[in-house]
Amino acid sequence: MLPIIFVMPIIQLCILVFAATYDMKNTNLYVVDKDLSSHSRELISKFNGSPFFTVKDLGFSVDAGEKELFKDKVDAILVFEKGFGNDVDLKRPAGVQVLVNAIDASAAGLYNAYIQAVIQDYNLHLQPKLINAKTRQPIQIVDNSYSHLFNPEMDYIPYMLPGILVLLVTVIGLFLSAMNVVREKEIGTIEQINVTPIKKYQFLIGKLIPFLIIGFFELGVGLLLATFVFKIPFLGSLGLIYLVAFVYLLVVLGIGLLISTQTDTQQQAMFIAWFFMVVFIMMSGLFTPVESMPEWGQKLNFLNPVSYFIKMIRMIMLKGSGFKDVMRELGILGLYGIAMLTIAVNRYRKVS
Amino acid sequence: MDSHISIENLSKSYGEVLALQGVSLEIKSGELFGLIGPDGAGKTTLFRILTTLLLPNTGNVSLCGYEVVKDYKYIRNLLGYMPGRFSLYQDLSVMENLNFFATVFNTRIEDNMDMIHDIWVQIEPFKDRLAGKLSGGMKQKLALCCALIHQPKILLLDEPTTGVDAVSRSEFWQMLKGLKAKGITIVVATPYMDEANLCERVALIQDGKILQVDTPAGIVNQYEKDLYAIHTSDMYQAMLDIREYPSVHSVFAFGQVLHYTDKRDAFEVAELKEYLVNKGHEGVKIEKIQAVIEDCFMALSQENKLEQ
Repeated sequence: MLPIIFVMPIIQLCILVFAATYDMKNTNLYVVDKDLSSHSRELISKFNGSPFFTVKDLGFSVDAGEKELFKDKVDAILVFEKGFGNDVDLKRPAGVQVLVNAIDASAAGLYNAYIQAVIQDYNLHLQPKLINAKTRQPIQIVDNSYSHLFNPEMDYIPYMLPGILVLLVTVIGLFLSAMNVVREKEIGTIEQINVTPIKKYQFLIGKLIPFLIIGFFELGVGLLLATFVFKIPFLGSLGLIYLVAFVYLLVVLGIGLLISTQTDTQQQAMFIAWFFMVVFIMMSGLFTPVESMPEWGQKLNFLNPVSYFIKMIRMIMLKGSGFKDVMRELGILGLYGIAMLTIAVNRYRKVS
Repeated sequence: MDSHISIENLSKSYGEVLALQGVSLEIKSGELFGLIGPDGAGKTTLFRILTTLLLPNTGNVSLCGYEVVKDYKYIRNLLGYMPGRFSLYQDLSVMENLNFFATVFNTRIEDNMDMIHDIWVQIEPFKDRLAGKLSGGMKQKLALCCALIHQPKILLLDEPTTGVDAVSRSEFWQMLKGLKAKGITIVVATPYMDEANLCERVALIQDGKILQVDTPAGIVNQYEKDLYAIHTSDMYQAMLDIREYPSVHSVFAFGQVLHYTDKRDAFEVAELKEYLVNKGHEGVKIEKIQAVIEDCFMALSQENKLEQ
């Protein structure tokens, strides 16, 4: 069991960091070119030249394209109606139809955005080039410039990795602790413990400490991998991350122990822990932004320890936030932890 | 120190099921006491109340003069408990288990070696083996060591010999006799009637009621009827036939023979033999025998059922 506890999370980290990304790599396009003009061909070659798109097939009917879409051979269809080139030449609005497979809504949104970007880029070339006579530089009337603070290249690894670290620590904290006391109930060792004069809090603290250590170790390995293998900027203080992790682990271990004391079999404990785990993770802002959730969901997140931890670890690692910046979240987590542990100790019964 | 156990009018129910109904018992200090009854008689429930793990519905229980409900914390220091199921940590070694329980009781192995020495020498060769990898008899000895490590005044053993081979069983009882000599009050629950003779006094328990409390000899002496052992070629058919016999009082299968009692005081063996031969049984042998605890238990439990 022990090697599994240590090795699994590391493998998980390595797989998830590369797999869980929003970067689009390979979108297969089916192009229906009824126009066959130089303009349509130019736009098609722009798609072909982009690293994100592969033009799988060219055809002349939308039906044929849709068939490919049904077979899941392509992700999107691009349709040039007859007269596209003509419209471009006459500087009239020219239409390109885009049909996107939206089974996966978030992927569809991304295809769409990428296709838009390519078409936008093509548009720029079509505009009459106003050239400043003096400097011979093209004049741009309104230019928007932007920069992404704390993650300039909008890289997904620095964004995902801290979140996945949180996930690992949560798995250790919640699952192992939820299984623990109930396991002793199942194999009967609790009988022998209950007749000893050991105090409830002593017993539960004894249960907490090993998981705290394992959680810390896992976090440490994760942070090492993050800085040296994935080269993620680590701006904040390590001590603060550990402080946050400590408080967070108290909350999760408290919840885990509470589950463990309230259930009779490992199966029940597993099921309940899994339920909380999924709700916590899905609502935490790891995969979808908290801001896009409905109002009640955001309010519910007040009780979600994972969302506090993800927020804080991202702030500390990527932004270099200090103690004062995370004080509010840390305070809430602290109170949460104390509450959970107190309930767990109180609900644990040595006498039935 | 006085380490008697007194149980007064104890009742416990699980929902509709009455596990214990008005049980009263006095167990003297330093006694080796047996609690004998079939599975489901209420032995484990009684033990769980004695070990402060279960709260009774009504009645008072005191150990060494301390109430189980009120002074449970103090009582836990005085108790050694060995549950029926092996409940030490299987993934710790023998030594680690012993060390752990010594620490939990805030003591050290060395300070209590005299208490467990006789048993410890038997498992010492395996002290680095994982507890889960021990044989049944060895597990039992380790569990006993762990239950004794804090020098308890009272030792409660719940079916300690269930699933243990005959040699280990008799060894185990030898060890209990040794412990009794050290002045510990020992209560053993067991479904094996033959172990009753090894106790000083026994209580026969069934359906949550105490049927009788006495010395093993006393219980056997109370058996008033004449008991006969019947041997035939077809035991099962013979039992069915004897049940039809007009003056039958009781008949039970008992190993290879049937134990029979008659309603009348003046019973002629030849009469029954003739009846069986007429029914077509071969090799019929009937002899008068001395009753054992099991016969007493069967008789008492039948009376108990008739009362209900």
